[in-house]
Amino acid sequence: MEGDVLVIGGGPAGMETASRISDFNRNVILIEKERELGGHILKWDRLFPDGVPASDVNNNLKESLGTTKVLLGNYLISIEKREDYHFIAQLNSGEIIKCSTVVFATGFKLFPAQKKQEYGYGLYERVITNADLETRFKKGDGLGKESPKRIGFVHCVGSRDEKICNKQCSKLCCITAIKQAIELKQLYPDTEIYCFYMDLRMYGRGYEDLYLEAQLKYGIRFIRGRVSEISQDQSGLVIVKAEDTLSSRPLKITLDWVILMAGIISERENDFLTQQLSLQLGEDGFINSVDPIQKTNQTNISGVFVTGSATGPKTLPEVINEARSTALSVNEYLNRVKNG
Amino acid sequence: MVNFGFKLSSSKRIDLDSSDSDLFLKLKAESGTITQCIACGSCASSCSAGNFTPVNFRKAILLIERGRNEEAKELIKGCMLCGKCTLVCPRGINTREIILSINQYYKKERF
Ligand code: SF4
Ligand code: SF4
Ligand code: SF4
Repeated sequence: MEGDVLVIGGGPAGMETASRISDFNRNVILIEKERELGGHILKWDRLFPDGVPASDVNNNLKESLGTTKVLLGNYLISIEKREDYHFIAQLNSGEIIKCSTVVFATGFKLFPAQKKQEYGYGLYERVITNADLETRFKKGDGLGKESPKRIGFVHCVGSRDEKICNKQCSKLCCITAIKQAIELKQLYPDTEIYCFYMDLRMYGRGYEDLYLEAQLKYGIRFIRGRVSEISQDQSGLVIVKAEDTLSSRPLKITLDWVILMAGIISERENDFLTQQLSLQLGEDGFINSVDPIQKTNQTNISGVFVTGSATGPKTLPEVINEARSTALSVNEYLNRVKNG
Repeated sequence: MVNFGFKLSSSKRIDLDSSDSDLFLKLKAESGTITQCIACGSCASSCSAGNFTPVNFRKAILLIERGRNEEAKELIKGCMLCGKCTLVCPRGINTREIILSINQYYKKERF
């Protein structure tokens, strides 16, 4: 199969890049390893800050794919750059793809929370992750029919933590915690909700407003201190320990549920591909841009582009805007190599 | 009683399972703004009394939220109700009104 552009990854970044490049009448092939397009937002119920349904966004993205050739259930097993500007890629199906540019829209992975053993994910039934909660929201289950008495959110799980080799801030989880806390409060108005945080990073438009709303309208309580350990009592409730750093006291609370805000880490599954192309990765495993300010979507290898969360945690609007700029860069590049 | 030469110290730990939230809920009902605090410390740093006394509004309302009312009381004792803290609070919390409510609460119910 031949194409101008091969986009790897059918999440929001890959879909938007593919549809915008096909707007330039380029021949685009989009491959996605799952059987469905959407990536992480497939599992999400509603999106911050305004609660737009994730499925609406996904449907819009899918609808605008235009002439893009979509290959589901496909992934690369090898890729190489030829002497001229072409790339030759082989798929798991055995199919060979020849293309002029490659876009890595390979996204991120959610931190596997069981690695943070002191939090007991996978051991205690009532310790779940942000993604688990979204699945429950999607199914309409919430946390069950009965109102829980108390719920706690643990921020920075698998982020800002050298011990598990992830130094970076995942950027999206503070606001996600507040969004989810508010959603739970809407389902269970009498439940007490606590957020355990180190810093609250409410940098985006509307985020600080949501934080204020969480405090004022929903009475969600914030405790500054990283949760150090979680245990379970005989009745299955979970006991959380942290320091209340603002009063310099150790603190303990028994909760019905704990939601771990699993962070964003690099998708190491593609390291063999980035190696075959000699792409530069950062210490954090994300792909490095050739210039982190003006050429964020170009890599050290000409003809290889990168977009979305493959270069680090990003919000959806950021991903979509970046995808559009990537499409421009790819088109300019194709004009250059093809017309000499 | 025999003096064995040691004493038990009371726990410093905040136990939210058994905390006394009576005063906090009262303040919340009277002046909803108390829940808006972001612990920035502007109130405490501009406080006229803070340099010379233990007065610290930020910590006082935090401790009330955690049910440590007795300790909180000590942190507003020297307050002169000058209102500087209200002027500087970035979250628009009516700090002076809250201090007055705390005083009232204790005069009515504890003293
Ligand atoms: S966004 Fe918030 S919860 Fe997430 S890693 Fe950063 S500070 Fe922690
Ligand atoms: S009103 Fe009281 S707490 Fe506030 S600044 Fe004046 S003395 Fe300090
Ligand atoms: S100035 Fe206002 S927001 Fe800041 S610590 Fe004091 S009461 Fe809280």
